Amino acid sequence: MSAAVRYRIRHETAYAYGGNVMHSRQLLHLTPRSAPWQTCLAHGIELDPLPASRRDEPDAFGNTVTRLEFDRPHERLAVVATMEVEIKARPELDPGSTEPWERVRDELSYTGRPLAPRKLEVVRYRMQSPYVRVKHAFERYAQACFPAGQPILVGAELLMRKLHADLTYAPGETGIATPLMRIFETRRGVCQDYAHLMIACLRSFGLAARYVSGYLRTLPAAGATALVGADASHAWVAVYCPPLGWVELDPTNGIRAGLDHVALAWGRDFGDVSPLRGVIVGGGAHQPSVRVTVEPIASLS
Amino acid sequence: MAADSLEFYATDAHRYDELRDRTGALRPHWRPLIERLTADGPRAARRGVELAQRLIVENGVTYNVYADPQGKDRPWVLDPLPMVLPAAEWRQIEAGVAQRARLFDALLRDLYGSQQTLTSGVVPAELPFGHPNFLWPCHGMTPPDGQWLHVYAVDLARSPEGSWWVLADRTQTPSGTGYALENRQIVARVLPELIRELGVRPLTAFFANLRERLLAFAPEGETPLAVVLTPGSFNETYFEHAYLARQLGLPLVEGSDLTVRGDTVYLKTLTGLRRVHSILRRLDDDFCDPVELRADSALGVPGLLAAARAGRVMLANALGSGVLESAAWLGFMPGAAEQLLGEQLLLPSVATWWCGERPALEHVIANLDRLVIKPAFPSQRFEPVFGKYQSPTQRQRLIERLRSRPHAYVAQERLDLSQAPVWRSGETPGFAARSLGIRVYAIRTANGFEVMPGGLARIAGDSRVEIVSTQRGGGSKDVWVLGTTADEPQQLTPGARFRVRHDDLPSRLVENLYWFGRYAERCEDKVRLLRATLAVRADPEVWQRAKQACESFGVLRSDPRIAVALFDPDNPIGLTADLHRLVYCATEVRSRLSTEHWAAIGTLNRESQETTAALGEVVPPDPREVLDRLLAPLVALAGLALDDMTQDDGWRLLVLGRRLERLQFLATLISQRLTASTLASQAEVEWLLDIAGSTITYRMRYLAMPRIGSALDLLVRDGTNPRALAFQVLAIQDLLQRLSKSLGAAGDRSVESAFTQSLQPLLDVDLGTLEGEGHGAQAARSAFAAGLDALAAAAARLSDLLSSRHFSHVKSDMHTVAA
Repeated sequence: MSAAVRYRIRHETAYAYGGNVMHSRQLLHLTPRSAPWQTCLAHGIELDPLPASRRDEPDAFGNTVTRLEFDRPHERLAVVATMEVEIKARPELDPGSTEPWERVRDELSYTGRPLAPRKLEVVRYRMQSPYVRVKHAFERYAQACFPAGQPILVGAELLMRKLHADLTYAPGETGIATPLMRIFETRRGVCQDYAHLMIACLRSFGLAARYVSGYLRTLPAAGATALVGADASHAWVAVYCPPLGWVELDPTNGIRAGLDHVALAWGRDFGDVSPLRGVIVGGGAHQPSVRVTVEPIASLS
Repeated sequence: MAADSLEFYATDAHRYDELRDRTGALRPHWRPLIERLTADGPRAARRGVELAQRLIVENGVTYNVYADPQGKDRPWVLDPLPMVLPAAEWRQIEAGVAQRARLFDALLRDLYGSQQTLTSGVVPAELPFGHPNFLWPCHGMTPPDGQWLHVYAVDLARSPEGSWWVLADRTQTPSGTGYALENRQIVARVLPELIRELGVRPLTAFFANLRERLLAFAPEGETPLAVVLTPGSFNETYFEHAYLARQLGLPLVEGSDLTVRGDTVYLKTLTGLRRVHSILRRLDDDFCDPVELRADSALGVPGLLAAARAGRVMLANALGSGVLESAAWLGFMPGAAEQLLGEQLLLPSVATWWCGERPALEHVIANLDRLVIKPAFPSQRFEPVFGKYQSPTQRQRLIERLRSRPHAYVAQERLDLSQAPVWRSGETPGFAARSLGIRVYAIRTANGFEVMPGGLARIAGDSRVEIVSTQRGGGSKDVWVLGTTADEPQQLTPGARFRVRHDDLPSRLVENLYWFGRYAERCEDKVRLLRATLAVRADPEVWQRAKQACESFGVLRSDPRIAVALFDPDNPIGLTADLHRLVYCATEVRSRLSTEHWAAIGTLNRESQETTAALGEVVPPDPREVLDRLLAPLVALAGLALDDMTQDDGWRLLVLGRRLERLQFLATLISQRLTASTLASQAEVEWLLDIAGSTITYRMRYLAMPRIGSALDLLVRDGTNPRALAFQVLAIQDLLQRLSKSLGAAGDRSVESAFTQSLQPLLDVDLGTLEGEGHGAQAARSAFAAGLDALAAAAARLSDLLSSRHFSHVKSDMHTVAA
């Protein structure tokens, strides 16, 4: 197994508006983050037409957000993000060595004592957020994964496998407006739904979990099976597991994130990090076409 | 005497009595008011209550309640007897409220900045992070003048021991200032001498200062423009938005009236884009910008956050300020005051425990009977629960809930609210006791926070309810703060800065003014048509034709019940539907309409509703009476349009709407009659003249039996008859010229000239040739009718042109996209 893989990623989004758009504002989360196991070597966003203004700034979660304004009539918009990212193998983890989940919960809860800024950062991801409403039903669903004293990563991985087993991957049946309870009841959805549901379950125990937006390797390495969700942008979950820190789990595939996962951005849920969102004035039908390719260009050992 | 009027004013040992002390004696600050009212006797009291009621109905003061079975608008409930506070006591409240406003401003700055209150452990991080109004996109922002909070409100209640306690804070878009001002204006009509004699402190300076504050943000050299941003006429407090905008002299706008180009906010006006410097918003935090906040909000302004981030617009209050609206904060405010201000908190709050703290949770569970459990965050669907009313099973379930997600709940001690007198009318007039709370307001001025010397008292509908809320059907009172010689007289001096600007007409407002004009005229035309028609019922021949005319205008349905045939609300082009549209347009332009205007609209609305309600009754309403009652306010509207409005471009479009409508109606009506094969009888001509309101003019001018030729002269060609088609054409021409002069509109004028020219063929005809039964006369009538149709069609094209020229950028056609 290689110790690192270098990828070339191309993420194309094309809007054909079917009419003149007079004015438009767009918000992009298309710049890969840096992490100990992830280095962005090259990155660019090509736009057609060119915007009237473009600003690249860090958002509140440390991601780079690109804000665009278009002020001339245009009938289509093409956004092509290209990047080269090197992914290193992550250290081996021993789930049994992580802290019992109740201790994690209590350490993140308010006690009236000072809270280290590092922990304050974690607390952001414990609470309900716009796309992740926390319900008692989620707590009941995940109860068996978190018996008393369960090391947190053991519990989180059990939950991940439970979701992977219980849910059916069903592209095209859900959208960002589909309520989480609906997905919970029908047990069908896509990576975004798997991730939101897992986050909701973890937060219902008072644990911290964040939403990771990114990509999967398109074609599997020789001898491996293809992963689900590789033809578009992907999403998975990071769980706060002291003393290890954040550990990324992919409930759609039932695996820990590894050499095949490239992270773009993270936040409380999809709403914080959606790759492209915006408001247009004018225009007609606007179903975008999206193409993602993630090719390994080198395997390094 | 006093004993009599207080006969029904019961004392309650558990409550503080605002009116009487423990010995039963009137408190000194109430005495002058009560003695005067008692001396004036029950009849004066009843008159006062009735006057207040009438003013509320006439001024159209309403409070919309979602899903109210009684309909969209419910009249505001005001008890004209004020709540009285002495000067010394007020000073304490004032200091406490101003301090609290400063504290919340500082807390917002901290939460959206360095978050030291969280890292120090003074405030739980769960409170902001779990609150839907904590907007992460605003983290790290600095508002243009460094101020987060500009308008603040606090709900206070008095404990049985007599001190004032905080029940809740409003930091997002505090409502009620407009109602407070309206209450004062109504009470000032009911009790004018008392206000003067007692030196009640006026409220006007507060509003002047708010306006100053909003306009002060414009840079040197730019004409300041501030707007009031409303979610629209379906909001529960829309009346107040319109009222405030009018009182402040600022345009009332919706999100679609604004656009952000680059980092600058603009108002779409009739004359183009105008920079907006400040926004007094009534739109909730997360609805304000669909680009960065809730994507599903169609009410917001795309890019508003970018403009705020760049410091190019002042928002009162800053986006994200709603995060402090939760009872969960109350217990942590003393610590925050110490940390952020280095001060002791002056106003205590009702005892509150946030269950996210382990010891607090145990205390709450042990003392459930004394507590009310509430949600910590407004996004939770959880109604307050009184611990003492729970069955053992319910209680167990509640405890499980609390233990499983303690940070989502708050427990509060129940507070026995103080009681104050209200006026009771009816059989035995006098005073009755009701529990009450007061809402007090503060605004940011150049000299720190200033507290409104008064406020909005809210009373419970019942003497013993435990929650006072406008949405739950309580009433309101004016709050009188008694003056001392030390208080400066605060008189509103209307100066240049108070003049309302007229070049900031939002395009949407102008479009609604145009349609307001059209519907007002359309309703009047239809009422006149129906009225004239019912008057000829005795003459079978005329009746038959008149009925056909009504049917062709869609105002008469085939129904044996005449009232239903005329007033069926389900008829989409019937009179009732048009009255609804008129009221709707009037609501949209409410900030531009005077009280008298609004009174006429109110009458129309009531008449229409009462008629609809009475349609199913055994004795249906008499149609002619209803029409007479409708015509009076419609005629009043026509008069007010001429005499009661500033004659700016908005007014010009309103009058254009009226003129075009009248022209199209009359041209169509006459044309229909002329195309019939027979010559109009004398009775039919009389019917026509009646509809056109020209019977008397005709008699004076012609001194003869009505004939079609001379009637057409009067109704079509007479440029001095304000109902004649020629008069409309001339007036429209004049209005268009003024409009294009004012707006500098150039370019293609072919539609306008085609319209003006289409009158000429009608002027050239020898009207004598139209009279007679012969073939030639009939052909001449048909030709004349074709000329009338051409004129009506030209008017319709002109109307379309006005729409595309002046209102086209109103429809913003906004979509959110995501990939």
